[in-house]
Amino acid sequence: MILLIKTPNISFHDLEFVKPIEDTLERNHVNFKSIHYTKLNEKLIKTADKIIISGTSLKDNNYLSHIKKFDWIKEFEKPILGICGGMHILGLIFNGKIKNYQEIGLKEVVFENDFLGFIGKHIVYELHNLNVVSKEFNVFASSKNCIQAIKHNKKPFYGVQFHPEVRNKNLIINFTRL
Amino acid sequence: MKCAVLFSGGKDSTYAAFLTKKYDIEISCLISLISENPDSYMFHTPSISKVNKQAEVMNIPLIIQKTKGVKEEELKDLEFAIKKAKNNYNIEAVVTGAVESAYQASRVQKICDNLDLECFNPLWQKNPEELWNDLLENRFEIIIIAIAAGGMDKELMGKKIDWEMIKKLKEIEKKYRIHLSFEGGEAETFVINCPLFSKKLAVHEKQISGRGDSWKMEIGIK
Repeated sequence: MILLIKTPNISFHDLEFVKPIEDTLERNHVNFKSIHYTKLNEKLIKTADKIIISGTSLKDNNYLSHIKKFDWIKEFEKPILGICGGMHILGLIFNGKIKNYQEIGLKEVVFENDFLGFIGKHIVYELHNLNVVSKEFNVFASSKNCIQAIKHNKKPFYGVQFHPEVRNKNLIINFTRL
Repeated sequence: MKCAVLFSGGKDSTYAAFLTKKYDIEISCLISLISENPDSYMFHTPSISKVNKQAEVMNIPLIIQKTKGVKEEELKDLEFAIKKAKNNYNIEAVVTGAVESAYQASRVQKICDNLDLECFNPLWQKNPEELWNDLLENRFEIIIIAIAAGGMDKELMGKKIDWEMIKKLKEIEKKYRIHLSFEGGEAETFVINCPLFSKKLAVHEKQISGRGDSWKMEIGIK
């Protein structure tokens, strides 16, 4: 079972930032369960085979003030994919720092090495005011001035700054097949 | 939270308004851009002046903003209208009916970010078949008021979209590869009734113009 962790502070945003991920999983017959990060419990985390952490809106930085609620990530050993805000969470848990950097709309990203089946140039959809830098992650892809895809140097933890649920849904599917 | 809905009177923006209310977010006003350019990148144009009637039966104030519809300049007009909504109605958020267009969605996101407003896109990436199902199950009565694609016959003009019509659209989709919910501009729609309306709008006048695969209809509403 894939546990899809929702980060939006307002449930109306789930339609934009969570439902497209759910639809992608459903269309590919992937078994999943969605839950907001404030409602997580140990039992549920233990039953997950993989975890996806969603992003949220440009103005919603609530998850940053609740970063302690994600401490369980340090002990987790199975694959995690963090999307936008989800990537910021992964970085912060591993001593990363948040930087201000805005990208909105379609941008070109170059994958230097294979990242969940992605390599070379890809057009991605961006919607962020922040970015994260953590020395515990290797950078796999960047846009002009911004880190776009990272993987932890020891654990199977993946982060993308762009929104693969909008363009590049295959990245999500490839993650579910790890 | 108070919001403004970017409203064209078509199925997507009206359904976005419906969802806004369903999620208990207050709609303080609607914003409609009237474009002089029929090929606007941003705004759906036919019969937009009829949004007045829709706003009336929804009992929601309407801000109408005219625009010449010149690419990028029309965004300044949109920003001006959103600013007006912020000043006059103290809105904290903007809701759009964007489904697939990264062009439209990212422009509105930027404007909202500049004005320190939340931006909601409740139909974002929604599957077209699911969208039609949701609309019909929620008793939306929708008519076609413009068409612009091969396979879209003039006879469709003014027709109400029911299950039978969706079956027909699916056949056209198969044969002519149109987008089932008209994301490629294959058709424009107008909502004559939905749960947000206090009464059904009656179309009493239809003026159809165009040629070939491209037709539009001006309607009079009672």
